[in-house]
Amino acid sequence: MAASVELISLEEVRHVAKLARLELTDGEIATLQGELSALLDHVDKVRRLDTADIPPTAHPLPLENVLRPDEVRPCLDREIVLAAAPAVESDRFLVPSILGDSP
Amino acid sequence: MSEGTEGHLLDRGVRAIAHAVRSGEATAVNVLEEALGRIHEQDRSLHCFNLLTEEAALAAAVRVDDSVARGVDPGPLAGVPVALKDNLCTQGIETTCSSRILQGWRPPYDATVVSRLRQAGAIAVGKTNLDEFAMGSSTENSAFGPTYNPWDLTRVPGGSSGGSAAAVAAGFVATSLGSDTGGSIRQPASLCGVVGIKPTYGLVSRYGLIAFASSLDQIGTFAVEVGDAAAALEVIAGHDPADSTSLGQPAPSLLEGLYDGVDGLRVGLISDFLADVAESCSKAADDAGEALARAGAKVEQVSIPEMLLGLPAYYIIAPAEASSNLARYDGVRYGLRVDGPDVETMNARTRAEGFGAEVRRRVMIGTYALSSGYYDAYYGQAQKARTLLIRAFEAAYERFDVLLAPTTPSAAFRLGAKTANPIEMYLSDLCTIPSNLSGHPAVSVPFALDLDGLPIGVQVLAPALGEAVMLRVGAALEAAASPSVRGPARVRRAGGEAVPGE
Repeated sequence: MAASVELISLEEVRHVAKLARLELTDGEIATLQGELSALLDHVDKVRRLDTADIPPTAHPLPLENVLRPDEVRPCLDREIVLAAAPAVESDRFLVPSILGDSP
Repeated sequence: MSEGTEGHLLDRGVRAIAHAVRSGEATAVNVLEEALGRIHEQDRSLHCFNLLTEEAALAAAVRVDDSVARGVDPGPLAGVPVALKDNLCTQGIETTCSSRILQGWRPPYDATVVSRLRQAGAIAVGKTNLDEFAMGSSTENSAFGPTYNPWDLTRVPGGSSGGSAAAVAAGFVATSLGSDTGGSIRQPASLCGVVGIKPTYGLVSRYGLIAFASSLDQIGTFAVEVGDAAAALEVIAGHDPADSTSLGQPAPSLLEGLYDGVDGLRVGLISDFLADVAESCSKAADDAGEALARAGAKVEQVSIPEMLLGLPAYYIIAPAEASSNLARYDGVRYGLRVDGPDVETMNARTRAEGFGAEVRRRVMIGTYALSSGYYDAYYGQAQKARTLLIRAFEAAYERFDVLLAPTTPSAAFRLGAKTANPIEMYLSDLCTIPSNLSGHPAVSVPFALDLDGLPIGVQVLAPALGEAVMLRVGAALEAAASPSVRGPARVRRAGGEAVPGE
């Protein structure tokens, strides 16, 4: 699906994929360029709205912070939680190197 | 009830089943066996379910029957077979969101709605198929294959709660739960000829509902009749300390006054969707307005042009919230992991492999809309458009008690018809999205058939916590419509046409 005008560059799509932690192929990046451009075109009406004095709405209800009493209560069992993890070591989640091989 | 009719009890709805089981006229085990029999016979061709929980269901049904035998009331949904959308957490029972990234995951806790159903005596028979992470309008985005519409197997059931809608339409269960972020209960309800309620935001606890877009998501119910969907909603509604967005006040009674009629009610028929809606669907809404007028309501056309800001605002806000909510699928604590040399590569490979095309698309849109340099132009503007839409609703509700509109731009479309063009698929939710942005309740009621014999729903919208009046209008529409417009589809076909799977 190629929009006549690409509203987002291939480089931007690659950058967004990196921010979104998605390892995509060049073909997928190209497809997404067309799809995202078409969507940005579709929502352009909203981008161009005159909203000078309009406050934003983040949430349909007026939200209040909810606090519970500060007391010890049962929580999820550690063994059950760790059993769902792909890799575990010494009661902790195990992940590959955070900084890569060559710090 | 005469002997030998117990098999048909399943088709008589939530209230009739609960009444029969509570009074000892029928047993929960027998009702469950009827439900499972139909599912075994027909679900191979419909694919409503990702998973059946037969053993747990049988144990629950035995407990309900034991309670009745001991003279203990098992609750308002005693013995009622229900289906749960597979984005509702069930303790120890696989919950997938129809995504590879969660395949095999067994939640460590139950969603509040699941516990409430169980405490009310309902029997959960399984987890229903959905568009992956509830993103879609056809259930074709499921990683496990689509669900088929019981009215016509070449067509989609709608989505994202397609499995839950089709399970009720097929007569597998008396009620089911779905979630509605932009129309995911009402749109499949319309396409499957059943009732679907999206309650006021905060009326039903979202604890244990796997998040898509947290300011829009709301759990609701499906049933063949308005009163049955309301009966199930009464059970799951009400404050829950585990959900900080749950409303504080007690849940309103929904069944009281349900059949009191619409005399004197002010109904506004929204005219702004006309250009984008098939004639059969706009005619159904017009006819619904006329039916309400005949029943005594004051019906007037109303133009609310801000309704058309809903879709574009939604396709910024919902993906933005989704991109944030779905950041948790990182291959660390649960779900799929695809290995990589460092943690960031592992995250990126896991997510690329675990998410399907639509989920990736939405995560990309949302990440872009929230990214530096674009936040104000897209996300900020969409939040302001949301304010404009809410103000327009508020102005309309000064003049009207409820609003009336088509639920969908078309009846059920064919599988594959919209998969190549995401925006065409997004348009399926044109008429339903505004209620999610405003947080207001809305219900889709089956009202007509199109020329192909497919069901068409009409939507009743109400202000926040206006469920009682909204459902009263829904019940009046139901009374005015021919019974042939609603499920169970198997009953409709009893004239001889083959039932799927036979």
